[in-house]
Amino acid sequence: MAFAFDRIDTLAKSMLFAVQEYTLFCWQGVSSLFRAPHYWADIMTQCDLIGVGSLPIVVLTGFFTGGVLALQSAASLAQFGAQAYTGRFVSLSMIRELAPVLTGLMVSGRNASGMASELGSMVVTEQIDAMRALGTDPMKKLVSPRVLATVVMLFLLTIVSDTLGTAGGAFVAVFISKQNGTQFFTSAYQSLGYDDIAQGLTKPLFFGFIIATVGCYFGMKTSGGTQGVGRSTTQAVVVSSVLIIFCDFILSRALLWLYSGI
Amino acid sequence: MPEPAHLQAAATLPEAQKEPVVLFENVSLRFDGPAVLEDVSFRVAAGETRILLGPAGVGKSVLLKLANGIMRPDSGRIFLFGEEITAMPEEQLLKLRTRTGMVFQEGALFDSLTVRDNVGYQLMEQHLPVDEIDRRVREALRFVELEHTYDMLPASLSGGMRRRVAIARAIINQPSLLLYDSPTGGLDPVTSTTIDELIIKERDVYGTPSLLVTHRLQDAFTMVTSHFDSEKGEMVPLPHGQTNSLTSFLVLHQGKLIFDGSTAALVGSDDPFLKEFLA
Repeated sequence: MAFAFDRIDTLAKSMLFAVQEYTLFCWQGVSSLFRAPHYWADIMTQCDLIGVGSLPIVVLTGFFTGGVLALQSAASLAQFGAQAYTGRFVSLSMIRELAPVLTGLMVSGRNASGMASELGSMVVTEQIDAMRALGTDPMKKLVSPRVLATVVMLFLLTIVSDTLGTAGGAFVAVFISKQNGTQFFTSAYQSLGYDDIAQGLTKPLFFGFIIATVGCYFGMKTSGGTQGVGRSTTQAVVVSSVLIIFCDFILSRALLWLYSGI
Repeated sequence: MPEPAHLQAAATLPEAQKEPVVLFENVSLRFDGPAVLEDVSFRVAAGETRILLGPAGVGKSVLLKLANGIMRPDSGRIFLFGEEITAMPEEQLLKLRTRTGMVFQEGALFDSLTVRDNVGYQLMEQHLPVDEIDRRVREALRFVELEHTYDMLPASLSGGMRRRVAIARAIINQPSLLLYDSPTGGLDPVTSTTIDELIIKERDVYGTPSLLVTHRLQDAFTMVTSHFDSEKGEMVPLPHGQTNSLTSFLVLHQGKLIFDGSTAALVGSDDPFLKEFLA
């Protein structure tokens, strides 16, 4: 019994310590953005790697999710004679919920793992120590550019996903469900309010921050050689994905209350 | 323990050079298990080369990282260039570290950057003109005789070449202190001698104080029994029985500094561990 309590105690303490470390890490990553020197070239490189590099998966995911949504909703709505609402259903679902979350998860799978493995490899080969020995702050040079680039690019990628999702839904509605295209887009456009768009575009700012900070945190805390790099990579993807979904729930609740008073 | 070498060496130095470049005062550090370093005190004076010996895993690399402020001790005080770095904020430490050059165990070159960008990294961070960076990078690469690797990536270099590039990166900003972490570890004897020659060249031509970690006695004794002949452009042995007076030894064992002294004192020591270690 005492042994079980000891284990719980140790686990709770280590989790609390990890939360404390992560919070401090995030604070350092953000505060470094406001202190010179600024690594603009590194920020642009990361924007290219994260934004342009993730574009194909985001385009495909967005388009096919919109398509599946139209396919499923059209079939269900047809039972009530409400097939005309397919556009409204697709655009609202995509813009408020699916585009930010799916884009977040896709970018997390691709980039949180990439950041953890890249920084982890640098840690185990002493490149991070070498950087510090050369007078460069790794938080400013490596972490802050990734955080800023991920937040900005995930916001833009979500807009791409919103657009492609609606286009995918329209494609299915018109060519498979044989609906009227104008009706689809009119329904989609009329149902959307600024609050829906604001909700959908607030989320990627938080998700981008989670992806970059979790990826970099696990990367910078890597220990145990190449095996440790693999472990960090897995942990980064799992933790960032779970945090994105958890954060989505909290944000949805908060934003619904904020915009709709619900 | 014999009279610490730094006291003997310091007596022969001019007054201005007696201020230690590195000073450890009762430094201790512990991770999860037993103490890695316990009550370690020593100094590196200007112009001095101190060779830190000890078996593998005894905490030599940790000590080197402490000296550069990359790690922090649990207790005790560390001074670098006269400034206490024990609790110095990282921002200030980064500035102070631009005055040191550090060569890591495996070179620790940035694998996504070319040799040119690795060697010129510090100069690029200072936003110096490209022409000047190119000139100084070539100069540093000429020093380590690797000018032809200018555009290559670290992955295409051999282990020895990577260490030499790491030395070029460490010396390019004309540091006031050099820290070498097992620069010859894992290299064949011929390549090790090349690296030794470069370290001796840096010591004898530029007089840069240094702290060198190694567990290879052969390298350590090459350092004290050789000097760089600028006319011949190569390392030559000192006359029989002579040693470099500004090069001395520190020996770590089980976290404690068990020896701090000259070559003669080390060789003549009665300490059973030292006798076995030197055998």
